[in-house]
Amino acid sequence: MSQATLRVQKISGHAGTVPGEGTQREYTVCKLIDTTTCIGCKACEVACMEWNDLPFGETVFDNTYQTMPETRWNYWNLILFNEHVREDDGSLMWLMRKNQCMHCAEPGCLAACPADGAIVQYTNGIVDFQQANCIGCGYCITGCPFDIPKMNPKTHRVFKCTLCADRVSEGLEPACIKSCPTGCLHFGSKEDMKFLAEGRAKQLREHSNHPNAGVYDPPGVGGTGVIYVLHDATKPEIYGGLPKDPHVPWTVKLWKGPLKWLGNVAMVGGLIGLFVHYLRYGPKAREEEDINPGGKP
Amino acid sequence: MSTSEQIIPHGHVLRYTLKERLTHWVAAVAYIYLLMTGLAFWSPWLFWVAVILGGAPVSRMLHPWAGLIFFAAVWNMYVMWAPQMKHTDVDKAWWKAVRYYSTNQDDKMPPAGRYNAGQKFLFWGFFWGSLLLLLSGVVMWSPQYFAWHSLIAMRIAVLVHASAALFTIGLFLIHIYMGVFAERGALSSVIHGDVSIAFAKRYHPGWYKEIVGQSSTPRK
Ligand code: HEM
Ligand code: SF4
Ligand code: SF4
Repeated sequence: MSQATLRVQKISGHAGTVPGEGTQREYTVCKLIDTTTCIGCKACEVACMEWNDLPFGETVFDNTYQTMPETRWNYWNLILFNEHVREDDGSLMWLMRKNQCMHCAEPGCLAACPADGAIVQYTNGIVDFQQANCIGCGYCITGCPFDIPKMNPKTHRVFKCTLCADRVSEGLEPACIKSCPTGCLHFGSKEDMKFLAEGRAKQLREHSNHPNAGVYDPPGVGGTGVIYVLHDATKPEIYGGLPKDPHVPWTVKLWKGPLKWLGNVAMVGGLIGLFVHYLRYGPKAREEEDINPGGKP
Repeated sequence: MSTSEQIIPHGHVLRYTLKERLTHWVAAVAYIYLLMTGLAFWSPWLFWVAVILGGAPVSRMLHPWAGLIFFAAVWNMYVMWAPQMKHTDVDKAWWKAVRYYSTNQDDKMPPAGRYNAGQKFLFWGFFWGSLLLLLSGVVMWSPQYFAWHSLIAMRIAVLVHASAALFTIGLFLIHIYMGVFAERGALSSVIHGDVSIAFAKRYHPGWYKEIVGQSSTPRK
């Protein structure tokens, strides 16, 4: 989904510098999801499928509102429902969270991807998969702390929410934002959305029975381009398993960091070492002269 | 193929049967393909290798299949050679004297059999490394069928695969160095099947004694 009007600041599997990096001073965009005013109507799900022209897939009926357990390669935006009993007063909370790619500032998917340009991050912060460059290895799946990238089993290409990079590049808001009937979805600069979210959380803390209300913008992945207002920010897990302190998995960091360096040094060092050994000691014996004096018998 | 069916040049002895040579080259060709495509995905600086080998998605698709072929060959080697690769007392002495071996003072080495202790180490290193590569590679093969709760397996598999690959690459470099550059005659032995008697006496005196002892018609 190449966006000619958006500049790129990070490229997966790329050797050398990123052309055009730092040539634009664009503000970081952000989607704000206020879970406290979401009614679980799924208008955003429909808008996402319509705008991105995704084929309809079968739903799974399990006697709840949950139409499928998780996002799919062709279903990028899913409301996760959870009935939660509050510990303090025993009251029931029906929690709904719109789940999609978080557009991490430090995306684990991009760090893990070996294919040049299969995942890019634009200067406005959107993380976008370029299926034309994807090789179908699934490394991105291991790098994401939110279980977002999904592979099409037929084409072996990975898909996820683009934050409607095509719309945003034209100055529009993402399709889901436009469709939300309660106004629980907002879109703008990260700064503005943080301000709005903090104000809403403060309102909840002070004027409702939600003393732990807060904003979810996890620092472990450098902050995200999608932030949530939660009734209880101390327990993000109750919102369909939102991780409390997401990080790029240590396995991925170890693999792309120290292991890569150690491996490269060992391989290059080994080659040089063997070459020098050969210069110093040479072959054990030259077949013609040493092993068979006087040539082949 | 037995010795009698193969024409051995005068003053040479059979070292590798046709079956052994074929197995070696199936493993070698598959390994080199795996190495090139694997390294392409290991480092962005080598990604172009996958591009010239038919494109990166093709390399991704074929790498695991080549892996199966590679492992089949390694398994065949295991069946053929494992009994000869047992660690012996001579091997212990060999490791003690390894510094003479690596500085080309072969006359100071204890007499090796068909394989010296270094070659045995290489064999077992390749065998276990290949097994790890196979197991981890199979886990990484089809990420589209991986459920979230078992993703940890794939994360570990990637680490294991890359580490095991690095380990075998170390062995591979030494193997190529010894076989092609250091021990002249070794490369030819795995192509033509035979080595000169001088080669056999020099590098595998124990083995030479064995085959001469077995042979009913003494060689000149
Ligand atoms: C034995 C069976 C093997 C199987 C089933 C297998 C499978 C895989 C799979 C599925 C991947 C993921 C991406 C890709 O396809 O490139 C991979 C990566 C890789 N493979 Fe293999 N492979 C095998 C053997 C080998 C061998 C013998 C090597 C020799 C060096 C090797 C080196 C690599 C490397 C370096 C990577 C990239 C790792 C990284 O990016 O960190 N593989 N393999
Ligand atoms: S599957 Fe994921 S990690 Fe692999 S090339 Fe495609 S986008 Fe990159
Ligand atoms: S949520 Fe996952 S897929 Fe989205 S940017 Fe972060 S790591 Fe990548």
